[in-house]
Amino acid sequence: MQKINKVILLGSGALKIGEAGEFDYSGSQALKALKEEGIYTVLINPNIATVQTSEDIADKVYFLPVTPEYVEDVIIKEQPDGILLAFGGQTALNCGVALYKSGILEKYNVQVLGTPVQAIMDTEDRELFVHKLDEINVKTIKSEAVTTVSDAKRVANELGYPVIIRAAYTLGGLGSGFCDNDEELDILADKAFSYSSQLLVEKSLKGWKEVEYEVVRDRFDNCITVCNMENFDPLGIHTGESIVVAPSQTLTNAEYHKLRKIAIKIIRHIGIVGECNVQYALDPNSEDYRVIEVNARLSRSSALASKATGYPLAFVAAKLGMGYGLHQLKNSVTGTTTACFEPALDYIVCKIPRWDLGKFKGVSRKLGSSMKSVGEVMAIGRNFEEAIQKGLRMIGQGMHGFVANKALSSDNLDAALSEPTDKRIFYIAEALKSGYTVDKIHELTKIDNWFLNKLKNIIDLDYTLEEYNKIEDVPTSLIRIAKQKGFSDFQLARSVSKCTDLEINDKMLEVREYRKKVGVTPVIKQIDTLAAEYPAMTNYLYVTYNGTTHDIDFSHDDKSVIVLGSGAYRIGSSVEFDWCSVNAVNTIRKKGFRSIMINYNPETVSTDYDQCDRLYFDELTFERVLDITDLESPKGVIVSTGGQIPNNLAIRLSTQNIPILGTSAENIDRAEDRHKFSSMLDSLGIDQPRWKELTSMADIFEFVDNVGFPVLIRPSYVLSGAAMNVVSNKDELEHFLTLATKVSKQHPVVVSEFVQNAKEIEIDAVAKDGELILYAISEHVEFAGVHSGDATIVFPAQKLYTETIRRIKKISRNIAKALNISGPFNMQLLAKENDIKVIECNLRASRSFPFVSKVLKVNFIELATRVMLGEDVEIPNKSAFDLDYVGVKASQFSFSRLQQADPVLGVEMSSTGEVGCIGESYHEAILKAMLSVGYRIPKKNVFLSTGDSRSKIEMVAPCKLLIEHGFKLFATKGTAVFLAENGIDAEVLGWPDQTDGLPNSLEYIKERKIDLIVNIPKNLSKDELNNDYTIRRSAIDFNIPLLTNARLANAFITAFCTLSKDDIKITSWGEY
Amino acid sequence: MIDKKLAVLKLEDGTTFNGTLFGAEVPVSGEIVFSTSMTGYPESLTDPSYSGQILVLTFPLIGNYGVPPMDMEDGLLKYFESNKIHIKALVVSDYCYDYSHWNAVKSLDQWLKENNVPAIYAVDTREITKIIREKGTMLAKLTPEGAQEVEYHNQNEDNLVDLVSPKEIKTYGTGEHKVVLLDCGAKNNIIRCLIRRNCTVTTVPWDYDMTQLEYDGLMLSNGPGDPAMCGPAVENIKKAFTVGKPIFGICLGNQLVSIAAGASTFKLKYGHRSHNQPALMCGTDRAFITSQNHGFAVDMDKLSSDWVPYFVNLNDGTCEGIRHVSKPFFTVQFHPEAFSGPVDTEFLFDKFIDEIENAKNK
Repeated sequence: MQKINKVILLGSGALKIGEAGEFDYSGSQALKALKEEGIYTVLINPNIATVQTSEDIADKVYFLPVTPEYVEDVIIKEQPDGILLAFGGQTALNCGVALYKSGILEKYNVQVLGTPVQAIMDTEDRELFVHKLDEINVKTIKSEAVTTVSDAKRVANELGYPVIIRAAYTLGGLGSGFCDNDEELDILADKAFSYSSQLLVEKSLKGWKEVEYEVVRDRFDNCITVCNMENFDPLGIHTGESIVVAPSQTLTNAEYHKLRKIAIKIIRHIGIVGECNVQYALDPNSEDYRVIEVNARLSRSSALASKATGYPLAFVAAKLGMGYGLHQLKNSVTGTTTACFEPALDYIVCKIPRWDLGKFKGVSRKLGSSMKSVGEVMAIGRNFEEAIQKGLRMIGQGMHGFVANKALSSDNLDAALSEPTDKRIFYIAEALKSGYTVDKIHELTKIDNWFLNKLKNIIDLDYTLEEYNKIEDVPTSLIRIAKQKGFSDFQLARSVSKCTDLEINDKMLEVREYRKKVGVTPVIKQIDTLAAEYPAMTNYLYVTYNGTTHDIDFSHDDKSVIVLGSGAYRIGSSVEFDWCSVNAVNTIRKKGFRSIMINYNPETVSTDYDQCDRLYFDELTFERVLDITDLESPKGVIVSTGGQIPNNLAIRLSTQNIPILGTSAENIDRAEDRHKFSSMLDSLGIDQPRWKELTSMADIFEFVDNVGFPVLIRPSYVLSGAAMNVVSNKDELEHFLTLATKVSKQHPVVVSEFVQNAKEIEIDAVAKDGELILYAISEHVEFAGVHSGDATIVFPAQKLYTETIRRIKKISRNIAKALNISGPFNMQLLAKENDIKVIECNLRASRSFPFVSKVLKVNFIELATRVMLGEDVEIPNKSAFDLDYVGVKASQFSFSRLQQADPVLGVEMSSTGEVGCIGESYHEAILKAMLSVGYRIPKKNVFLSTGDSRSKIEMVAPCKLLIEHGFKLFATKGTAVFLAENGIDAEVLGWPDQTDGLPNSLEYIKERKIDLIVNIPKNLSKDELNNDYTIRRSAIDFNIPLLTNARLANAFITAFCTLSKDDIKITSWGEY
Repeated sequence: MIDKKLAVLKLEDGTTFNGTLFGAEVPVSGEIVFSTSMTGYPESLTDPSYSGQILVLTFPLIGNYGVPPMDMEDGLLKYFESNKIHIKALVVSDYCYDYSHWNAVKSLDQWLKENNVPAIYAVDTREITKIIREKGTMLAKLTPEGAQEVEYHNQNEDNLVDLVSPKEIKTYGTGEHKVVLLDCGAKNNIIRCLIRRNCTVTTVPWDYDMTQLEYDGLMLSNGPGDPAMCGPAVENIKKAFTVGKPIFGICLGNQLVSIAAGASTFKLKYGHRSHNQPALMCGTDRAFITSQNHGFAVDMDKLSSDWVPYFVNLNDGTCEGIRHVSKPFFTVQFHPEAFSGPVDTEFLFDKFIDEIENAKNK
C-alpha cells in the first residue's frame, strides 16, 4: 500500500430521517483512528452541530455541501492521498461513487481507503447484487415477470409457496395477493391478468423473522461478526422502524451460525475491507433464509451494534482501511485482548425507534418498508422485560413502560395489531389486557411468541401487583421481581396505590423510600465485551435489578460531576445537544474532575465510553438519576447542556437535595413557569407579547377580542411547540382548541398575541453569578411565525439596528441578573422597529449553541461548564463585530420520507436537522447552506404561487432577478397577474384540479419541467387549500426543490442570481 | 402462575446465591465452570467435556427456543452432541418458561427433569463468573429448598474420561476413508464432520490401543477432566506416531498428543470458556474465531523439536495447537467441529482428509 499522509473523510450532512446522528459517531471514531496514525485529516461536513466538526477532531473542516462538485473543489485544494466514503452514510457513499464514476478520484490520484468502490456498487445495484450472490449460491429475494398463468405456476413452484403475485403497472395493489398453492394461484393469476398483461411472482416472506449481522473483514481475509440482532417486528417493517434486540433471542445455535457463516461468505466474495451489514429474512418454520440486503458501509445498525457490544466498529473499520489486520488491533474495552474476536454479551439490548408523526399534518401513521422514525433509544437489561420497559420509558412519549400507561382507545383492536403503526406495542398491551391470547396476537402481528410471552409476563405481574393497595403490603420478593422485570417506582405506585395523577409523585417517592428500606436497590454492571471471562477495566455501565453485586466501586470524594444527556433524538432536540453534552464532559475532565455521563441514545458521541470517565447507558428518569446519584454522590449534576429532558428534572432533583450545578433549580423554575417569568418581566419593565392562561372558551374569546387575531395557542412546558398553533379566526380557534386541550389535560391553554411581520432574534449567552459574560445575537431570515428550529438563522445578525442590539443586550443583562444565571441560557425575542418583546427564555443551552460557538470560535459550553464548576473565568474579549464573515444555519426537512405530510412551515417544528455554513458575505453563506440541505440551483424553469399580498411584494425583486438571469417563470393565475402588473412575465399554469385548458401545474411537476417551486401559503394556519397542498406535496414526491417562505425564497434566489460559482470560496473553518 | 421452588447455590468459598429452582429437584455437587457462549444450550449440555460440572451460562436468557426432538441421523442424535445431559447442574440468570421455536418439542425445564439434572435461575451469574474466574477451579453445590445438602464432590478425582468414553467399539457411516476415533467423550459433530467427508468412523474406548486396527487416519477427541489421568491413551498415541498415518487431535486430543510429544500442561490464569476465542495460525496473518472450553493449556517449551506451534491464542499467547514438522500429525486446542459455536475452522477436517488422501497416494 502506498503511504497515506492526508485523508479526506466525507460526512453525512444534516440529520434527516434515515441518516442521523449515528454518522457523527462513526465519523468521529474514524477521525480518531486516523489521528492516532499521524494522518492529516480533512473533513467535509456542513453539519455544524456535530461533534466531528469540532476543534481537535479533524485537522481541517469544510462546512460545505457533500456533493461531487464541492468535494472535487476540496480535493483540488487539499490534494489528499486517500478518501474515506464509508463513514458518512448514504450521502457520502453516493457522492464517493459519483466521484469514482466520473474519474475525479483517479484524475487527482486519490485512493479509496477500505472497501473498494466496485464492491460498493455491487451491493447498491439490485441486479448486480443478486447476480453476485448467485455466484456463491446465496439466496436473495427474487421475483420474476410472467405473462401466462402456466408460467406463473412454474415460477411459483420454483420459488416455493406461499408467493405474492402483483399485477404490473397497476395502482394501489389492484390484482395483487398471496397464494398458498396451485389452486389459489390459478384463481388469483386469472383475475390479475384482467388488470394487466404482466404479473410479477415473488416468494412471500410475510411473517419471516428479520435478522441482521454486523460483519468485519480485513485485507488478510480475517472475518468476524461483531453482533447479530433480531427484529421484534417481522419482515415488512423497515429495520429502522422496528423494535430490535441484540443478540438474537429465538435463533438456535444452528440458525445463528448458519447465517453467520453466510454473512462471512458474502463479505469475502464482495471484497469488503472494513465493515458491512447483512440483513436476512429467516423462515420461522425452518432454517430457510433469504438475504435482504447488504450495506457496504457503517450504518445505523452498526452504530447500534457498537453501543450494544462495546466494540468500536467505526474505529476498527478505519484502521482496517489503513491496512491493519484485525489481529494487529487491540480490544479498546479490555485494553489487553485483541480486536479480532466476537463480543460475548451477558445482557440484552433493546432498540426502540422514536417517532414524531404527531408533528406533521396529514402524515400516514402506518409503518412499512420506508423509514419515518427520527431517533431511537437503546435499553440494556438482563432480561427482555427489563430492557423493553426501560426502552418504552426512554422514547419519551409519556409512557411509563409496558403497563401503567393511560389506556389507548381503538375501535378496532384487531386492525391496530395487524396494521402496524408507531403505537402498536401499546396496542399489544391493550390486547393482552382485553383477554387476547398470545396465539391470537401472533396471528395478527406475526411477532414471535417468545416476545409476546415475555410481554404477557409483564401484564401478569401487573395484575398480581394490583391485588395490593399499599406498597407496605406487597411482599418484598414481589417488589424485587417487579423491579427485575423493569417496573419503575412510578409503575409500582400506580399499580399498587391506584392513586390519581396529582398524588402520583408522592406515592412514587413512598415506593422508593419503602423499597430502599427493605433492600430492593439496583446494581451497576459493566459492559466488558467478554461477559466477565477476563477482567476488564471498563467504564461502560448500566443499571439492573438482576444482580446482587456492583461491578465497580464508588469513591465519594466530591470529584465527580454528572452530566445528563439529551435522550432520544427527536424533532427539536438532536445532535446539537449531544455536542453540548460532549463539550461539558470534556471540560469537566480537563478541569480535573471525573466526568459521568448518563444517556441512552445509541446514535450519539456522548454515549461513546471513550468520552467520559464513567458512562451510564441508562434512563434519564428522576428515579434512575437518583439511583445513580445515591451511589456516586457527585459534586453536582449538570442539567443545562442536554436540552429539555434534563432541564425538566432540575426541580425534582433539587428537592431531593441533589446539587444542581449552575443556575439554581428555583431560578430555572422561574424561567420555565410562565406566570413567574411573566411577572418577573413585568417587574423588570420588559415587554412581552400579551398572553393569558385560560381554562374556558368564554375567557379565551374575551381575551382574543382584546388582542385581536391571529393568536398563538400552546400548552406550557414543552420544548418544540408540540400542539402549538396559530389561529386567524374564530372557527379555527374553536377547532384547534378541542385538539390542544386533548393533549394537555393537566395544563390550561395559553393564548398569546401573535405579532405579525416581526423579526425574530435569538441570543445565546453565558452568565456567571447573574453577570452576562458571553453572548451571540442572531436573527432569523423568516419573520416570526416559523419555529426557531425551522428558521434560517444568520449570525452575526446582519440587518438589525444598533439600537435593537443594544436593547437586547440590556434586556439579557437584566434577566441574567434577576435569575442569577450561572451557566448557559438562550432567549428568543421579537423586534418590530425598535420595539422588543421577549418570547421565551431557557436557562439551558439551546439548539444554536454549537452554531454560534463555531462561527464565533469561542466555545460557549466550555465557558458555561467552567462557570458551573465554580471556576473564575476571564471574560472572552471576542465580539461578533470583529468577524469578517457570516454564518448561516439552514434547516433540513425530511418530508420525502413522510408520505402525505404537508411540507409547510409553522409554529410547530418539523425539520429533522440543520447545517451551518460560513461565507464572506451573507449571500455566499446562504447559498452554501441551502445547497447543503439539498436545494439545487434551477436550470431554467421556476414555478411561483406567492400567497398573500405581502409575500407577493417580497417576491417582486427576486422575480426580476430571475428574469434578468434568463430563468423562465411560471405562476398560478393570481400570482401571474400580480407579476404582470409589476412588469414581470410569467406563463400561467392551471391549478392541479383544474381542466380549464391551461397547461396543468401538476402535469408540469410530474414531467419534471419545473426546477424550483416557490409556494407561499396564504395564511398562518396549516389548513391550506387542497390545490396548494397538492403542488407542495408533489414537489416533494417528485424531488423538486420547494420554498414556502417568501423571505427565504428571496434570500436564496438573490444569492444564486448574484453569485457565480467563482464567488463561492472553498475555505476551511480554520481559515476564516 | 407456575409453582416455583427456591434453591441455593453454594460455592466452596462460602459465597451463597439464592435463586429459583427449575429442572429436577435433586441436590448435587460438582466443579462449577462457566461459558460465555450465547447460543447452543442443547449442544453444550450434552457435550461430554462438561461431564460432572455445574455449568453457569453467562448469557442471561436461557431456554428461549426449547429443546429439539430426539431424531436420529447416521446412528447419532441429530440435534445433540451425545445421548444424555452430562452437566451436573445448570445455573442461569433468567429462565424462559415459554419457549418458542418450530423445532422444539419440550422445554429445557422438562428435559432437565427427564435427565434428573437440577437448575437454578434468578442468581447473579455475572458475579458467580467473576468469582470462579479469579479462583480458578472451585466446587459448588446446588440444593433445592427443603432438600438435604450433599457433600462437596471433586469429580476431577474421578477418571471422567473413563466415565464418558464408550465401552465398546462402534462404527458410523460407510465412507471410503477409515478413521479411528479415540473417543474420550467425543462430540457427535466430530463424527458428523467426518461422515460428511466420506469417512467410515470407528469409535474406540479411550484406553484402546488403536494401532491394533487398520486405519487411514486417527482422530483424537475432546473429553472431560485432567489429561494426567489418561496415561494409557498417551502411550497408545506414542505407538500411533510410529505408525505414521495422519493424526488429528481436538481439545483433550491436543493435550494428549502434546504430552506424548514431550510437553506438559499447566493451568491457565483465565480459562478459555467461550465461542469467541481468536486463534492465529502461526507464521500467517490468518486468525480464526473458535469455540473453546478448557482450563489447562499446553506448555510448548518442552515439546520435542519435531513439533512446532500450529495455532496460538491472540489474547494470551497460549498454545492453540501443534503440528509435526514432517509427519501428517496436527492438533488443535479449540473445537473445529463447533456445535455449538462458530464453524470457521471446519476446514481442518478437510485438511485431515487431504492428509489421508496424500498418505494413501504415497
